[in-house]
Amino acid sequence: MKYIVAIIQPDRLDEVIAALEEEEINLMTVSDVMGRGRQKGVAEVYRSHVEKGGLLHKLKVEVAVSNNNVWQAVDAIARGARTGNIGDGKIFVLDLMECLRIRTGETGVSALA
Amino acid sequence: MAEIDTGDTAWVIVSTALVMLMTPGLAFFYGGLVRRKNVLSIMMQCFMLLAVISIQWVLFGYSLAFGPDHGGVIGDFSWAGLRGVGAEPNADYAPTIPHQLFMVFQMMFAVLTPALIVGAFAERMKFGAFLLFSVLWATVVYDPMAHWVWGMGGWLRDLGALDFAGGTVVHINAGMAALAAALVIGRRKGYPDTSPPHNLPFVILGAALLWFGWFGFNAGSALGANGLSVSALVATQLGAATAAVAWAVMEWGKGRHATALGTISGAVAGLVAITPAAGFVTPVGAMAIGALSGPGCYFCVVVMKRRLGYDDSLDAFGVHGVGGTLGALLTGLWATTTVNAAGADGLLHGNAGLLLRQLVALAVCAAYSFIVSYGLLKLVDGLVGLRVGEDKESIGLDLTQHSESAYTLIG
Repeated sequence: MKYIVAIIQPDRLDEVIAALEEEEINLMTVSDVMGRGRQKGVAEVYRSHVEKGGLLHKLKVEVAVSNNNVWQAVDAIARGARTGNIGDGKIFVLDLMECLRIRTGETGVSALA
Repeated sequence: MAEIDTGDTAWVIVSTALVMLMTPGLAFFYGGLVRRKNVLSIMMQCFMLLAVISIQWVLFGYSLAFGPDHGGVIGDFSWAGLRGVGAEPNADYAPTIPHQLFMVFQMMFAVLTPALIVGAFAERMKFGAFLLFSVLWATVVYDPMAHWVWGMGGWLRDLGALDFAGGTVVHINAGMAALAAALVIGRRKGYPDTSPPHNLPFVILGAALLWFGWFGFNAGSALGANGLSVSALVATQLGAATAAVAWAVMEWGKGRHATALGTISGAVAGLVAITPAAGFVTPVGAMAIGALSGPGCYFCVVVMKRRLGYDDSLDAFGVHGVGGTLGALLTGLWATTTVNAAGADGLLHGNAGLLLRQLVALAVCAAYSFIVSYGLLKLVDGLVGLRVGEDKESIGLDLTQHSESAYTLIG
């Protein structure tokens, strides 16, 4: 199992969700975050709001997938989030040790989807 | 020489301030209804109108609307820059208060009316296009219509249609322009699957300020501190109250929950509908108008808009256009000279002629507003483009039009 953490432009969320749904990946967690990349937040005033320390408003999309679905998920997020401009974001893929569905107590891959 | 009455003057000064507060109230009402990325654009548009139309009104708007008549259609420029509009009362309009006070009271109506239209094109219009359209609209649509209905010699004033506080000039006028705007600019990206209102307590705060300000709007339109203004005040309260209850009951009766948004939408619809009637109906008549206008607007906002598919984003047409229309017609039913000798009897008091005159005034104003607004919007679209690009609409107008954001995450 892998845990995918994607940092994207706030206005690309609808496209990312649509692209993930095309791959039948429906499970996700989204949060408002602040961050900056190589430009230290200065290049993209127009697309996003610069806050303290040159930090820009981004969204963090987190998706847990089985090993078979990793690249579909990563591709889908990249497809949905890409505009070609600076500040499109990054995708990180992490090993996921365990997953437990609280309601039923199921664990492992069967608890994912 | 007309004599200034201090009580009348004091009340109209207060009413002017009350009506002024309705535009910021509307900013909160509309601002809470949009998504968080557009809240500042809405508030900015409302406040900018408060500033820009005040200037337009003094420079030439007031003169066009209330200045010496030409053919019943329009005033002229002889009062431009408020020449001759001073402390001396104008016997034609308000014999007991300074002429300049009447002018500034009317200014607040001229400000509020274009602000109402904002609800139809929310979340997608360029700021520059909005400004250009609004100033043109105030000059070409609002000022002439104010002259027809309120100006000395205006042809609708002479026709004898009743409009106590501006149901036609303000609400039907803004409502029809809103419908034209929704049609010309088109639906928002993703409509009808757009996010729900981002801040309902803002919407409720806005409705509260509107309700509060409406006492100045209606009771102030008596232009004096007297029995008529109190009668209008009572009618205003009852119109809002019954329509609020009626809307909540409609929701509940449909097997859904009564909502806070529905209840306050009903209150605003009732306030709109009671506006033309306020100085002509009994308290029971006011309750009847509220009880009918709530469900009427409910139907247009909840059922008709979805069926027809236009994106009147914040229901400027559904509440102001429809509520104003219902109010004008219902005034033709419930008006009575026992409340106001200067008014007329409606159908329920044995006079069918008034209803006919109401219908004529309503139809002419609605048609004029819709057609000219439609033309103006097309003109502005051709000159500068009405709509922001799709990417800017996604990012939101706050950042793309004003380089600001309403809510920050840290700091």
